[in-house]
Amino acid sequence: MNARLLPYVLILPVTVFLCIFFLYPFVLVAQQAFGSDTGWSLDNFRDVVSHWKFSISLWNTLLLAAVVVPVQLALSLLMATMVSKMKRGRDLVLYVWTIPLGISDLAAGIIWLAIFEQSGFLNSMMHGLGFIDAPMNFISYQNMTMVFIAIALAEIWRATAIMLVILVAGIGLIPKEYYEAAEVFGASPWKRFLKITLPLLRPSLQTALVLRVILAFEVFAVVAALGGTLFPVLMGETYSYQFDLSNSGAAAAIALIILAISIASTLVILRALRVPKGATI
Amino acid sequence: MKLRFELAGAVSGIAIVCSAVAAQADVLFWSTQARPAEEAQAMREVVLSGSDIAVDYQPNETGPWLTRLQAESQAGSGTIGLLGSLHGDFAALDPAMLAPLDDLGLAASSETFNELSKLGTDTMKYIPWMQASYVMAANKKALPYLPEGADIDALTYDQLIEWSANVQEGEGRPLFGFPAGPKGLKHRFFQGYLYPSYTDGVVRTFASAEAEAAWEKFLELWEHTNPASTNFSFMQEQLLSDDAWIVFDHTSRLAQAFNERPDDFVAFPAPAGPTGRGFMPVLAGLAIPATAADMESSKAVLDYMMQPETQIATLRATNFFPVVEVELPDDLPPAVQATGAAIATMSAAEDANPGLLPAGLGDQGGEFDRVFVDTFERIVLARQPIRAVLDDQKTRLNDIMQETGAPCWAPDAASEGPCPVE
Repeated sequence: MNARLLPYVLILPVTVFLCIFFLYPFVLVAQQAFGSDTGWSLDNFRDVVSHWKFSISLWNTLLLAAVVVPVQLALSLLMATMVSKMKRGRDLVLYVWTIPLGISDLAAGIIWLAIFEQSGFLNSMMHGLGFIDAPMNFISYQNMTMVFIAIALAEIWRATAIMLVILVAGIGLIPKEYYEAAEVFGASPWKRFLKITLPLLRPSLQTALVLRVILAFEVFAVVAALGGTLFPVLMGETYSYQFDLSNSGAAAAIALIILAISIASTLVILRALRVPKGATI
Repeated sequence: MKLRFELAGAVSGIAIVCSAVAAQADVLFWSTQARPAEEAQAMREVVLSGSDIAVDYQPNETGPWLTRLQAESQAGSGTIGLLGSLHGDFAALDPAMLAPLDDLGLAASSETFNELSKLGTDTMKYIPWMQASYVMAANKKALPYLPEGADIDALTYDQLIEWSANVQEGEGRPLFGFPAGPKGLKHRFFQGYLYPSYTDGVVRTFASAEAEAAWEKFLELWEHTNPASTNFSFMQEQLLSDDAWIVFDHTSRLAQAFNERPDDFVAFPAPAGPTGRGFMPVLAGLAIPATAADMESSKAVLDYMMQPETQIATLRATNFFPVVEVELPDDLPPAVQATGAAIATMSAAEDANPGLLPAGLGDQGGEFDRVFVDTFERIVLARQPIRAVLDDQKTRLNDIMQETGAPCWAPDAASEGPCPVE
């Protein structure tokens, strides 16, 4: 086979797959979002944006991402550095830390619900230890901070491993020589982390953040399990437009708004963490 | 070795043919009702086992139910033979998707139900299948707290509030339970119970001064409501777990409590307000999609479902009551006996103010419900001022009524043209 054609032939199956199962549905969704009885219009967008819950769910989604992602970033950096320093048992620790990745997000939500519920583990533990007389109701509309904390905790527990895996791979790629040289010049571990690990980890950080932030805007099942309708998020609104209200146009419109937010944040992250031209590891 | 492969090939070939034949012979009964595993099993093993034609009973959530039905309708051919769902779900469909059923000669004994089943056309688009309603239920431990002079079969909202307050005072925690969870049927309480009882209307009186008073009353009741109610969707669970002692819900969502511990709970009518004792029926129907592959078999199964014996078997399986005249046997499950008696007392009450199911809303039924759910979330959970919320939601409700052109239904006074929000 012609060597110039080969790469194209090799990516053809994936391209066809993506066109059929991603691009085509995407075009249909866009049609639904911008379509109406009278041709093209922005009615669907006007409808969803003017609903009283839209600004709340937008705010909740952004707030959750703003709180959860930095915590996860810090945690995964810490965990990745620890793992890469380990001589023995590294794989075992890594496996254990990535277990939450293998659990579906709805299951994760239900696990945390079992902890925070009125008859849940936390209540029975505190009751058993004599801290409280009667079971407390943590997840209720009267205690929105607690609802938020529960959701944030579940999200952190569930999705930190995604970033961890990428960062561990990235750290593994950094040549040992830099660290040895730094040690010779007497740099402290903190300094080495700041001046070597972080800058050289940029491409991995970029990938990890892009993935994580996009997932954060799509958060749904964990919130649905823990907060029900108490904590509306954009993806939950999409679901309720589609299935509770059978309003596909409005659901498509919110889905496109989520897409727009995701693209915007991806561009910001790519720009902020770009690797300067000509620079190599 | 070769022989073995050939054998294996032949066997799998036969298996495929067999399953294809089996799949063709069964009538697919695509339903949103009797979804819990035990109910679905009872439908398959008891209710449908007597049918001459094999039936494949598949219950599903409303979303997927609708999606498949619409896909088959758009494709112009389908495998669904029989549909079972609530009136509201059928009303949301394009009536042309359903085959006309007048030639079957089947109908409910209630003319109102038969009229609803036409979905605004001239012919019956579904056959009323079974009915239920919403009632109150209480743990017997709550009965000593009943306010003095109160008759549990003729409570008022004020007495209910006082009762719930007494329970909270005595037990140290609020024990009124309200299905305000994501899957809870709270909107039906507002549409069929609170509004008719306080405003003698639903749409016309949505933002009236009486409605304002109704919401204030509800806020009073909410003071004595278990705050975890926003996670409650099937009140039988909270009755059984002791998280709620006095509850409101759909009869089939209370059934498990009565069937498991019949001696611990009582069912009683919904309370009354200044304009009577509002209550609302639930109506499920059977329909045949226009794309059904084997119309004759589908109709035969539908006919079977409407036979008195099948209707009684369905009652046992689902806790939904028959819509045709039947003689009820004495050995019905405890839940059926308890809730059936409560419904009978409620309908026979002197101050009964029965409402109808929303009609003529088409695919805006979900939006209509959302107006009430949103109003609840804003007034009760977010504590926004009642007047402002009602005025704001009123415009949304008015848009829906204008868009669909739906005329008023009881207890609202009849209207010419779309029902106005006054």
